[in-house]
Amino acid sequence: MNSLKQFLELYDQHFGTIEAHAPAVLNKLRQQARQALENAVLPRKGAEDYEATDLNAVFSLDYGLNISRLDFDIDPAEAFHCDVPNMSTCMYYTYNDVFHRSKTARQIEGGVVVESLAEAAVNHPELLEQYYGQLASLNDPTVALNTLLAQDGILVYVPAGVTAEKTIQLVNILNYTRPMMVVRRILIVLGENAHARMLVCDHTQSSGVECLASQVVEVFAGENATFDYYDLEESGQLTHRVSSIYVRQQAGSNVLVDGITLTNGFTRNDYLVTVDGEHAETQLLGMTIASGTQHVDTHTFIDHRAPRCHSNEMFKYVLSENAVGAFAGKILVQPDCPRVEAYQGNRNIVAADTAKMYTKPQLEIYTDDVKCSHGTTIGQLDDEALFYMRTRGISLDEARNLLMQAFMSDVIDAVRLDTLRDRLRYLVEKRFNGTLTNCGNCSACSGAPLTPPQK
Amino acid sequence: MLVIKDLHASVEGKEILKGVNLTVRPGEVHAIMGPNGSGKSTLSSVLTGHPAFTVTGGAVEFYGKDLLALSPEDRAHEGLFLSFQYPVEIPGVSMVNFMRAAVNEKRKYHGQEPLSASDFLKLMREKRAIVQLDNKLASRAVNEGFSGGEKKRNEIFQMAMLEPRLSILDETDSGLDIDALRIVASGVNQLKSKDNATIVITHYQRLLDYIKPDFVHILYKGRIVMSAGPELALELEEKGYDWIKEIHNS
Repeated sequence: MNSLKQFLELYDQHFGTIEAHAPAVLNKLRQQARQALENAVLPRKGAEDYEATDLNAVFSLDYGLNISRLDFDIDPAEAFHCDVPNMSTCMYYTYNDVFHRSKTARQIEGGVVVESLAEAAVNHPELLEQYYGQLASLNDPTVALNTLLAQDGILVYVPAGVTAEKTIQLVNILNYTRPMMVVRRILIVLGENAHARMLVCDHTQSSGVECLASQVVEVFAGENATFDYYDLEESGQLTHRVSSIYVRQQAGSNVLVDGITLTNGFTRNDYLVTVDGEHAETQLLGMTIASGTQHVDTHTFIDHRAPRCHSNEMFKYVLSENAVGAFAGKILVQPDCPRVEAYQGNRNIVAADTAKMYTKPQLEIYTDDVKCSHGTTIGQLDDEALFYMRTRGISLDEARNLLMQAFMSDVIDAVRLDTLRDRLRYLVEKRFNGTLTNCGNCSACSGAPLTPPQK
Repeated sequence: MLVIKDLHASVEGKEILKGVNLTVRPGEVHAIMGPNGSGKSTLSSVLTGHPAFTVTGGAVEFYGKDLLALSPEDRAHEGLFLSFQYPVEIPGVSMVNFMRAAVNEKRKYHGQEPLSASDFLKLMREKRAIVQLDNKLASRAVNEGFSGGEKKRNEIFQMAMLEPRLSILDETDSGLDIDALRIVASGVNQLKSKDNATIVITHYQRLLDYIKPDFVHILYKGRIVMSAGPELALELEEKGYDWIKEIHNS
């Protein structure tokens, strides 16, 4: 089965419409993407790094696309209150895949730019020319497909020497009445010595309708830049997400990428980090809590191309019921990269016999003088700790919740944004005790509470 | 309050308890002594409901209720407490959250409202003083990185917080130096009242110098083979366990 075919047919029939509603710089890459897809097939389930994940099943559904770029008559800021409380952020939204900004976001400081790619094509064409599509690899058919169909997206630009004091928050909302695919594209450029933090939240408001979110994120971190990217997914059971985040770090830069999935349907997250300059630091973190039929697959690749860099990677999963988790992580240290320190960890709790975890750590090292390690564990909750807590009168369910929260505490503690860290602790507690509805703090979402993960 | 009748229990198919009989009344302190492997810790595990142990016969009544039919947490709510020989470390769970969950679940069981945050912290402060437990330890993860003595003090602190009707102290003296032993014993004695009772499981007379038992029982090969007053502990200290073994095996 080649589920890409329906998209190629759609493109071939409608490329005029697609191009007419997109900036030229996006159109420029379309032909290359089309060629890359000519004979491409999606990796079959069981292929390397796709041990548990059937992309063909995800892409084979008959999704509609909004190629005429019809806007939805809605103000997401009005319809949606899903912010992290007490956090002063500049709020932006994509409603389906159309960009909106909140009133407060118009006063963003110090030359920081957050705008749609259509706006950027007018205001900052040189940035798009220089950076758009330069990291994303068309060899990955899902990325090529995104490039083929992307018509808009978001540019975040922090000029050299500028610190964005307020966190940039982007809320992605899906709300459809029939199966639709959204094509999201985020381009982030930090100049030398620029500093910023970004929180991206995924939500699904519709229920009973399958959606596919295709997402490609490119992050360019200049020399000595610091950047935090928190990606919090609280989507719905019928939401499929295929996301690739590419990062390129220059010397002395410090980048944290944190992928959190609390609720979802199907998710494939690829993280591809290229460390290109000396003394760069990378934190790559992830946390997944999955129950029901949730499926969360993470693939990471950290490519150390410069000496004296430090990367730390940790992904944690708690799976129950029929949830499926997968992790395939690779660290590559290129030749002539002495003094690189790279650590990878993947720790998992499989809390039910019916849940499944697939994990594959990988190190590939071509320099002698480095410190690298990887560690993977799959286990259950500690029976002796559970019994100890029960003898103190703590119920089995509550004891399990406390242990599962404790298991996640180090990845929560690694969050460098105080308000988000507190909020996450709260959301994770609610997620484990079964009182998290579709969103943590969202009046617009409806839906029954999710079942607690431990049963 | 506690009536154990002909209790048999096994672990992994091996019978450890072979007919234990014991009655404990409010206000009493019972010491259970015996050589290694006689079933002392098994008895405490079975009474608190450790899932690894299977009761194969007999009955245990606690204030008229069938104790063995209750879950470990409900046994705690009914007023049973075990001070562990080896307290478990629980990384990532703070003492505060742990104790709050324990105290409030007990209150819920008895139809009481949860304690307010300030009342709870006040209670923590009060009870910490009983065993001179440092505030720093109370804010750390449960038993994580605690020394042997701190762990045992923490057990008695939890006992003070939960105010059990019957406490079982399983080898609470093991691994304690003499100062820590005094603090722990003094904590236990402060918590003693005419309404609660204590079962002290120990190898040695030493602890019983501080926590005075009313009765001393010798558990051997899964049965209580001798019961007497506190003088029995002194006799054991002098003679060791061999004479018990000889009497019993002959």
